[in-house]
Amino acid sequence: MAFDDAYDALTDHEDDARWAYGTGFADPMAGVAQEIPDGVDPAALTAYCLMLGDDALILSHRLQEWVTRAPELEDEVAVANIALDLLGQARLLLTRAGQAEGKDRGEDDLAYQRDAADFRNVLLAERADADFAQLVVRLLVFATWRLAVFDRLTAAPDPVLAAIAAKGVKELAYHREYAAGWVVRLGDGTELSHRRAQDAVDAIWPLLGELFAPDGTGLGPDPAAVRAEFDQVLDQVLTAATLSRPAGATAPGRGRDGEHTPALTEILAELQGLARAIPDGVW
Amino acid sequence: MSAAAVAAGVTDPELPMVTLADLGILRDVREEADRVVVTVTPTYSGCPAMDEIRADLRRALRRAGYPHVEVRTALSPAWTTDWITEAGRGKLAAAGIAPPGAVPRRGAGPVPLVLGRTRRDVPCPRCGRPDTELISAFSATACKELRRCPDCREPFEHVKEI
Repeated sequence: MAFDDAYDALTDHEDDARWAYGTGFADPMAGVAQEIPDGVDPAALTAYCLMLGDDALILSHRLQEWVTRAPELEDEVAVANIALDLLGQARLLLTRAGQAEGKDRGEDDLAYQRDAADFRNVLLAERADADFAQLVVRLLVFATWRLAVFDRLTAAPDPVLAAIAAKGVKELAYHREYAAGWVVRLGDGTELSHRRAQDAVDAIWPLLGELFAPDGTGLGPDPAAVRAEFDQVLDQVLTAATLSRPAGATAPGRGRDGEHTPALTEILAELQGLARAIPDGVW
Repeated sequence: MSAAAVAAGVTDPELPMVTLADLGILRDVREEADRVVVTVTPTYSGCPAMDEIRADLRRALRRAGYPHVEVRTALSPAWTTDWITEAGRGKLAAAGIAPPGAVPRRGAGPVPLVLGRTRRDVPCPRCGRPDTELISAFSATACKELRRCPDCREPFEHVKEI
């Protein structure tokens, strides 16, 4: 319903729907069938949805930190939109994890009431950006990997996970294109921007191993196939950006097992502070 | 008025010039014995307007004499801009927002990455120049990008093909 005055819209409510952010929002999957199909292990589905949901929730938070700090207004809008897409993916995945778990935990419980050791995101998602080059290099790596994973999950045995992935593919393709454009612009730019971009690639590279480790649930796609697609896209972008690909591999991080850096604790302090101070608060 | 007609007339909170039916996000309206069941689908996963859309549907139907309304969400098949009706495209254009073109068919294999895609055949909604420049792939809402016309120099929004 259209309103000429925003305050009319806010006070017109005949129910509990609202615009301001808080807790107690309507379930994003209201009315979606919740059954777990035969042949899908609920514990594995819970674990896998938590991994993908936590990746999106935590990186969304890191991207939100750039709002009011981006180099141009257009990029601020872009980064905020990407963060919003990832937050939407996180809400759907955490809701699905809660359904599969069967312990009556919703998206808010999972986002706000878990401690760092219960989060399953990769370390790549929680790292703080030192500059804009790190933002776009990390986003390129994350979106390229996640797009390759989601594209394969559109055939997942759980139809809800498959549907979430099918929506996400369209969004992630735009995220990847945005990040790739900036990596090329910085890498193939001035001496300073090239150096910053190469430093960002070098800094992020040790965190890649975790993306291609087996997830342990049997639900994720073949890591080797994901890696092949990832490598091809990264080579395409790094070549166009005149950036070099760091050599060597490192031991995968253990974010999937709940072993995180202090960066995650900092994020959760901000993300969860209000919700924990005022349990079930609505505003 | 039928429940389907009432629901079809509800406008989008962020694009108030078009209805939910114009946008193709209203997927089904069914009158059952004791209630109306409406099915909607989100445009993007994080669309913050979904709560408001559900509330608007319930409110409009209640005012039209349908007190019991259930709004369901359909995630699959994922929304595509190909579902925006011809009438919806006309209303967007009249409001200065370039409507989406047809979504390109995707071939087999991975989603291709095209670098340096800036100039495309998206006509300027003001002066009609057929090709315009991309300023940013994102705009005031997730479903739109920001473009500029090289002739009239006006920036404008374009609903992205997804």
